[in-house]
Amino acid sequence: MKMRANLWIGGGFFALAVTAALLAPVLATHDPVLGADLMRSEEPPGREFWFGSDTQGRDIWSRVVYGARISLTVGVVSQLINSVIGTVLGITAGYWGGWWDDLVSGLTNIMLAIPSLIFALAIMAILGPGLFSLLIALGLTNWTFTCRIARAQAMALKSQGYVQAAKVMGSGDLSIMLRELLPNMAGPLIVIATLGMGGSILAEAALSFLGLGIQPPFPSWGSMLSDARDNIRAVPWLAAFPGLAIFFTVLGLNLLGDGLRDILDPQSRSRLP
Amino acid sequence: MNPATGDTAVLEISELDIALAGDKGPTQLVDRVGFSIPRGQAFGLVGESGCGKSITALAVMGLLRAPLMRSSGQIMLDGRNIAGASEAEMRKLRGRHVSMIFQEPMTALNPLQPIGRQIAEMFVLHEGATWKEADARAIEALRHVRVPAPERRARDYPHQLSGGMRQRVMIAIALACRPKLLVADEPTTALDVTVQAEIVELMATVCAAQGTAILMISHDLGLVARMCTEIAVMYAGRIVEQGTAGDLLRAPRHPYTQGLIGAVPRLGARAAGGRRKLAEIEGVVPAPASFPGGCRFHPRCSRATGVCHTDVPLAKPRPGGGVVCCHHDG
Repeated sequence: MKMRANLWIGGGFFALAVTAALLAPVLATHDPVLGADLMRSEEPPGREFWFGSDTQGRDIWSRVVYGARISLTVGVVSQLINSVIGTVLGITAGYWGGWWDDLVSGLTNIMLAIPSLIFALAIMAILGPGLFSLLIALGLTNWTFTCRIARAQAMALKSQGYVQAAKVMGSGDLSIMLRELLPNMAGPLIVIATLGMGGSILAEAALSFLGLGIQPPFPSWGSMLSDARDNIRAVPWLAAFPGLAIFFTVLGLNLLGDGLRDILDPQSRSRLP
Repeated sequence: MNPATGDTAVLEISELDIALAGDKGPTQLVDRVGFSIPRGQAFGLVGESGCGKSITALAVMGLLRAPLMRSSGQIMLDGRNIAGASEAEMRKLRGRHVSMIFQEPMTALNPLQPIGRQIAEMFVLHEGATWKEADARAIEALRHVRVPAPERRARDYPHQLSGGMRQRVMIAIALACRPKLLVADEPTTALDVTVQAEIVELMATVCAAQGTAILMISHDLGLVARMCTEIAVMYAGRIVEQGTAGDLLRAPRHPYTQGLIGAVPRLGARAAGGRRKLAEIEGVVPAPASFPGGCRFHPRCSRATGVCHTDVPLAKPRPGGGVVCCHHDG
């Protein structure tokens, strides 16, 4: 059995981020919000502040660890909403075709013509800032890519022998979509979803930067990056650590998606039992 | 809907017309095709590519989709007319009353599910079984189609099986719910010759054991003759000759049937009759849009006369039973 390096490394990074999020109260050495100490602001990484301290003297390590909670929640939940919307619309449009396909394709094209960040901004403006609005806004704006892939896959798969065979053996549409089409397109959808999670984490950063996302003083990786932008030359650790957290989490998600795709395709397994 | 009695045919097709809708009006692909299959018997539908045999099978399954359409005719499945049945009604019949196996066993199984599960699904879908008992019955079904070590094989994925094994699995799926009719569309074409014989024999015995009738569609007259009691020969959308398998092969009346039988290579023929070229039928099957008038076989027929160009030959009884549609049969 070959080593699945990408699966283990990617899964490792992602697991690390999840662990940080879950165990944040244990791992944090300071209070991420109330631990401000202006007398000790912008200290470089050291014994007291492992990742240094920010402009208000808060411990960056603690804020990164707590920020994982928000960034991961936004990434996972909003991408989950995207995946569900995109898959349901795409698979039904591709399989049924006809006017429903025209409608879904039209909607997808309209959505693609609107910059998704602007659309998310508009939704946030209506719902108001906050985590919940952030999830809804990002969950409603990035399903088009998933939808297109799901639709194309459904159209390609529906002429496959086994889909025809399932129909001939009396399977209903729902059962064909769930049991024949969905598992056979899971690979690309999972890869898209992992990429999308990274995209959502970045989009959260952008919205938080614009003041519509996570409200200060609560930490998210995106808002920490935004706070750091003025002092990036003088105090590089302000941006470096949340940046590295985003980098490794997104990298981990991408590697994980690749590894999962290998596992989900039985033809890539050993041919010999 | 009649309560089915012992004598009713499982499948009775009469005057079936199937057309292909197009910009210049419909093109007739299947023309007044009719035959009936008694309970538990095997019926062969033979013809060259493009003669309409496969779309006849699709019509039986209720799978004709635009631009293909049934323009007239009746299809009685087990005593009920399914010609105008809705998709929901057809779905209830498929798999339970009529099922189908395809030419290409390599792609007819879901690559992401163990084969045992794919068989078990039939019991869950049609008989409301729990997955646990369905899995157990799937192993029995595999044993039934003589898959060795079925307990272990049930967990295999399709790519781990050979073509012949996959076709066995397809047969197990198709026959899982003991349908009244099995439509087999060129079930052995994609297989090795040695495996072909095994699969045909397996289909025949399993169907006979559980009383399932077979509609066997093939271009291989020899194969069909081996397993079917009755055979219909189709040419250019029409049935040209129909009779019992033995009689049709022994004493074909239609020149097309005679040509088909003459074109089958025989082992030892050269030793017996000297070096001879394999007989062939001159010309090709006309395209549906340009079917000739009168008898559609006349451009390729050595016996054709004036009447063949103008009059469609009507079905007349054959001496050995069955019918033949030819002005100059014999």
